[in-house]
Amino acid sequence: MSQLFSKDNRQILTAPLNGDNPIMIQILGICSALAVTAQLEPAIVMGLSVTVITAFSNVIISIIRKTIPNRIRIIIQLVVVAALVTVVSMVLKAFAYDVSVKLSVYVGLIITNCILMGRLEAFAMMNKPWESFLDGIGNGLGYAWILVVIGAVRELLGSGTLLGYTIIPQGAYDAGYVNNGMMTMPAMALILLGIVIGVHRAVNKDIKS
Amino acid sequence: MIKKILDKIRPNFEEGGKLKNFHSVFEGFESFLLVSNRTSSVGVSIHDAIDSKRIMSFVVIALLPALLFGMYNIGYQNYHAAGVEAGFWAMFFYGFLALLPKILVSYIVGLGIEFIVAQWKHEEIQEGYLVTGLLIPMIVPVSCPLWMLALAVAFSVILAKEIYGGTGMNIFNPALVARAFLFFAYPSAMTGDSIWVSQNAICGLGCDLPDAFTMATPLSLVGAGQEITMPVQDMITGLMPGSVGETSVIAIAIGAVILLWTRIASWRTMLSVFVGGAVVGWLFNISGMDSAAAQVPWYEHLILGGFCFGAVFMATDPVTSARTETGKFYYGFLIGALTISIRVLNPGYPEGMMLAILFMNMFAPLIDYCVVQRNISRRVRRSHKA
Repeated sequence: MSQLFSKDNRQILTAPLNGDNPIMIQILGICSALAVTAQLEPAIVMGLSVTVITAFSNVIISIIRKTIPNRIRIIIQLVVVAALVTVVSMVLKAFAYDVSVKLSVYVGLIITNCILMGRLEAFAMMNKPWESFLDGIGNGLGYAWILVVIGAVRELLGSGTLLGYTIIPQGAYDAGYVNNGMMTMPAMALILLGIVIGVHRAVNKDIKS
Repeated sequence: MIKKILDKIRPNFEEGGKLKNFHSVFEGFESFLLVSNRTSSVGVSIHDAIDSKRIMSFVVIALLPALLFGMYNIGYQNYHAAGVEAGFWAMFFYGFLALLPKILVSYIVGLGIEFIVAQWKHEEIQEGYLVTGLLIPMIVPVSCPLWMLALAVAFSVILAKEIYGGTGMNIFNPALVARAFLFFAYPSAMTGDSIWVSQNAICGLGCDLPDAFTMATPLSLVGAGQEITMPVQDMITGLMPGSVGETSVIAIAIGAVILLWTRIASWRTMLSVFVGGAVVGWLFNISGMDSAAAQVPWYEHLILGGFCFGAVFMATDPVTSARTETGKFYYGFLIGALTISIRVLNPGYPEGMMLAILFMNMFAPLIDYCVVQRNISRRVRRSHKA
């Protein structure tokens, strides 16, 4: 047990949350981060879906990494990811239909998420299954928490709600407060993402871009 | 005399003084009141009698006619809408009182952020906000709530200016970014027919208008597919609803003369904006398109909405426009052409000046690059021939 969570493995799990974050440092997976964060709920579901898919595709590819012919490895990776995405998409349709409607094509487009291919190529192809699993979980969560932050800000300021519950009191609206329509536009998500990245680099000055 | 006072309080602000956290504030005021006597310590520098603070002061002076007229027009529209007769000064002071809080909010928020950033980066205060802070209240509707204005000012100063490195480094015109922020974030406060006339009495001046009172601008009438009801002389004098500073062609023309005479604004940019607008407006006139906007005579397009204000004060901003002299022609022409195209072709946006200028701000470096490259390749060819 202690070997499973050795210092190196803990590092694999936690580095993507901060110092090696897929969105903030590697600037991967931006497209879906902009598309699904208008509200908090789809952002959470999207983050969890990507975490699950990254983790398990990492494990599967890691198990069969020695049998994959090098020249067709991308195709095989895509088949694995596509299978997992289909499973997740079906689960969402069965148990969280409203959210899956909101996410629409973006669940299917997880196949093309750069983070997934990046982790498969850079990590799972040359590491053991358990490490690959931790790496997938870490990167998925690193992606997810940025989505949650942006989704929360956008939903709060853009619609005055969080997870659909009204947060801004009616009194504020009566006093002249108006929801910020720009927050619901994808352009504002890009600006917010820029702010998050800027603040992160200002706090962690040791990160070299 | 001012110098004596400043010299007396200076030690407080220097390193070790008790107020050293405010040294940038002190320096800002000092060089605003007096010409800076500090010279550069490295390299060869050529100093002109006119520095960027003087340039900003001239732009502010050039803005004053449009600002003062805007105040009068606020009062005029209010009394006119209520059907009450009033004297010139009553109208003017009403407008003054309506506009003053906006100017104060714009300056306090904007300069506050500038002071904080200057302090934080240990730099001198940059003077660019002097003009921006006056432009922002002039390009919003008179009924824009103050908290929205403050938010827009903060947004544009931080995200359109400071993160690029402050005055002189920004890609987009900060005043227009503030307006674009309001336009996209709070469309109900920036477009429509109920926002162009101040609705409430202030300090006993003006009249309370009924809540449902609406007054359309000429361009929103056109956007709705109707005929313009205002006569042409009102479009030129500016006695019509619109954003505060944009309505009067005469007041803007006075500002344009000041800017051109002091050579702060480029006549190339200004002229080519008007040419671009006129050409495209004329093309739509003869195209036979069956929409109200396309059938507005081309000369009316040039005097309606924010066209003049944008052409004179926004497009000519030396920081965000094209820098090469040839490039300024392309830059200006495309602004004018885009503005009219947006007005005519996009039913959602009755006015296109803001978006056209922001769009061309983005392309100004590209235009410069092409002009410079063309010049280089031409000279290479010439030298090969010889």
